[in-house]
Amino acid sequence: MNKTISISRYNPEQDSQPQLQTYQVVSEHSTSVLDALLQVQQQDPSLSLRWSCRMAICGSCGVMINGIPKLGCKTFVRDYPEQLVISPLAHFAVEKDLIVDMSPFLQHLSAVKPYLINAEKSLQPHKQTPAQLAKYQQFANCINCGLCYSACPQFGLNPEFIGPAAITLAQRYNLDSRDQGKAVRMPQLNSKNGVWACTFVGFCSEVCPKKVDPAAAVNQGKVASASDFIISMFTP
Amino acid sequence: MQLLQKDIIIVGGGGAGLRAAIAAAEAAPGLQVALLSKVYPMRSHTVAAEGGAAAVTLAEDSLAGHFQDTISGSDWLAEQNVVDYFVQHAYQELVQLERWGCPWSRKADGTVQVRRFGGMKTERTWFAADKTGFHILHTLFQTSLRYPTINRFDEYFVIDLLVVEQQIAGVLAIHFKTGQLVQIQAKSVILATGGAGRVFHYNTNGGIVTGDGMALAYRHGVALRDMEFVQYHPTGLPGSGILITEACRGEGGILLNKDGYRYLQDYDLGPVTPAGQPKNNYMELGPRDKLSQAFWQQQKLGLTADYQGHAVVYLDLRHLGSQHLTQRLPFICELAKAYVNIDPANSPIPIRPAVHYTMGGILTDINCHTSIAGLFAVGECASVGLHGANRLGSNSLSELLVFGKVAGEQAAALAQQTSLVPVSAIMAQSKHQQTSISSLFGNSSESMVAIRTEMTQAMEQGCGIYRDNNGMQRCLTSLHNLKSRYARLTVSDSSKVYNSALLQHVELGFSLDVAEAICRSALARTESRGAHQRLDEGMTTRNDRDFLQHSLALRQADGSTAISWQAVTITSLPPTERRYGAAAHSPANSNISQLKAAQEKGLQHE
Ligand SMILES: Cc1cc2nc3c(=O)[nH]c(=O)nc-3n(C[C@H](O)[C@H](O)[C@H](O)COP(=O)(O)OP(=O)(O)OC[C@H]3O[C@@H](n4cnc5c(N)ncnc54)[C@H](O)[C@@H]3O)c2cc1C
Ligand code: FES
Repeated sequence: MNKTISISRYNPEQDSQPQLQTYQVVSEHSTSVLDALLQVQQQDPSLSLRWSCRMAICGSCGVMINGIPKLGCKTFVRDYPEQLVISPLAHFAVEKDLIVDMSPFLQHLSAVKPYLINAEKSLQPHKQTPAQLAKYQQFANCINCGLCYSACPQFGLNPEFIGPAAITLAQRYNLDSRDQGKAVRMPQLNSKNGVWACTFVGFCSEVCPKKVDPAAAVNQGKVASASDFIISMFTP
Repeated sequence: MQLLQKDIIIVGGGGAGLRAAIAAAEAAPGLQVALLSKVYPMRSHTVAAEGGAAAVTLAEDSLAGHFQDTISGSDWLAEQNVVDYFVQHAYQELVQLERWGCPWSRKADGTVQVRRFGGMKTERTWFAADKTGFHILHTLFQTSLRYPTINRFDEYFVIDLLVVEQQIAGVLAIHFKTGQLVQIQAKSVILATGGAGRVFHYNTNGGIVTGDGMALAYRHGVALRDMEFVQYHPTGLPGSGILITEACRGEGGILLNKDGYRYLQDYDLGPVTPAGQPKNNYMELGPRDKLSQAFWQQQKLGLTADYQGHAVVYLDLRHLGSQHLTQRLPFICELAKAYVNIDPANSPIPIRPAVHYTMGGILTDINCHTSIAGLFAVGECASVGLHGANRLGSNSLSELLVFGKVAGEQAAALAQQTSLVPVSAIMAQSKHQQTSISSLFGNSSESMVAIRTEMTQAMEQGCGIYRDNNGMQRCLTSLHNLKSRYARLTVSDSSKVYNSALLQHVELGFSLDVAEAICRSALARTESRGAHQRLDEGMTTRNDRDFLQHSLALRQADGSTAISWQAVTITSLPPTERRYGAAAHSPANSNISQLKAAQEKGLQHE
């Protein structure tokens, strides 16, 4: 079946702003939006986009599809019988065509010290029961695709907001029974660009392709932050 | 051109590259490490590994057991000293990852859980649900953020190595974002660029897995070893090739042909084990080469089914029940739903073999050092000698860790003793590359997509699961034609910022070199062993007299490939027949006494 799709094109060396361009692609039942984009790239090699795994795990291929952030490889052309418009992820600076500047996202991730902090030296594995694992497991499933930042109105207004994925990652380690680094992560989460910048819209969790539920992580972060605050009031 | 200087360069931010970077940063905190990757590290294809990582863990298991399984899995083409080192260090590396926070799946008592894997006689595969590679990669990436001396160069695409008189001097890269050429000098360089699965049409690999590092080293005269051994994974999704992990069979999944018959029993893998009660080394838990070959035989007999134009058999998981599936194989449920619209709890999944893994690669010694001083290679791009003619599933994630650490430490030790090759010695080479890149732009009648598609199809047809002389000769002829067409190919997009067309052009050149090395090596090996199976008369069985040897593909001055041979290191386990299923226990098998001898040689747990 032939299908017309529109793609936002932008070449910073030529264009003053992005423009939509339409293309014809052949769509079968299993054709993903990524497949369609790669068909277009075969017709027009100047189209730039990021992708690699085509199985929804590497987190490269996030784009706006009819205005909603989605993974191109996990979204199917068949589900868009009407129009299909593909543009770069919102709230990030566009570099070229569908490629955005991911460096703010990486900076925010790095800022929350997303690694296990535990001074104990040992050659033995920790024990961790399935219940302890379950406490943070979901938050460990983030593929860093950035869709939640495109969905987050706060990040759109304030790019300094560390955002849903970074808060989720901080929580992932804070909740890990093996970790002792919560105290060093909390100042970041408590800061004005931390959890309190979130106005709880919840769209981040809706668009998450991995059901990580960043909104829940942010909420838990708020509870932790609040109790942190109360404790600090009562400890001399 | 931008000019930079570092102490160590690591090309590749997958599991191998990240592990090496951390090891180097820990071994020599005073050295500056440059970590270059053509994609953000967490996009590397290690992310897609599902099943798990192997190490001797249970009390009833032994290092000798892991050693034997790996050697026999390799059809005796693994380097036994390397396997010995590997099995001794794998456990501690998985523990190290645990200490860095990897969310390994656990038993009720909080200890790490291990699962069955094909070709392993005992449960020894650690897993993090069915996203093991994802969790390993993210754990390593996040841990790497602790080390200020690891300087990341994300989205830098390496196009050449700088070599002066057999000594590494640095690399040349294109900064994808700006199109700028960057020359980085270093005292040691580690290639950790991953495999080359995209050289074939149907594969389980990501788009970035184009064999770059293999070609980079090969073009500078480093041998590619055992390139004919390409692993087909028996269970990829039809069309896309997306992997359905072997762990499905470890958990008790069964394979059925179009008549619902468990056909593996007809290929020396029986007797049939009851559905849901898998037994190591029997039926569905036989090794990958045997299972992929059985598919091919079934297809010949007309016993495969059709799924949208693709020949398929079925992976049936229904008897495992929905709860077990969502707990142990959640990603598989998600993939099956998204890409073939199937709920594995209710219907069998259509699957077929797809190219998965390149056993061969850049020749290194046990220290990951290549024949160029200061140049190291590790991970899927390398051939340290662990996999021989067939890799056992779950050995390669452990390999990334064990040898990633070795490579990082060795590169650091060397960098501490050497100084940079003077920049004057490399400028000519860099300038030459700069000119050849700028001469690529223009319009030609050749199409990059056409050349790439014809290459992957030629490889699929000529160097597939079963091979014969005529088919491979045809493949080689096509590759030669494609190479001359490639020489005329230009890049139509001359923009600087994120020029995908330029990158794909250079990648295709790498892939064509790797494809030729694979085809040439396969033609030269006139026997059948592991993943290399020939149909030609007199070549259908293993021939230890002539071919208990590694192939070495070396690039000649005129661009052609010459094949030579290298002896295999055999320390304690002389070759015997490789047997699985009940056949492994028949009296004809003289394996047992040798296995015992190896065990007595003291391969005990450290
Ligand atoms: C779907 C799938 C499932 C698997 N499951 C398992 C499993 O369960 N257990 C197991 O043991 N093994 C498994 N494997 C195999 C294993 O995952 C791989 O062999 C391994 O992850 C490769 O890691 P690597 O670090 O060598 O390379 P990769 O992870 O592929 O990384 C390569 C890196 O090199 C970079 N790079 C490449 N070329 C260039 C260049 N020119 N310039 C700059 N950078 C470059 C890339 O950007 C990337 O960062 C699986 C493989 C696949 C495909
Ligand atoms: S291509 Fe990897 S997530 Fe889509």
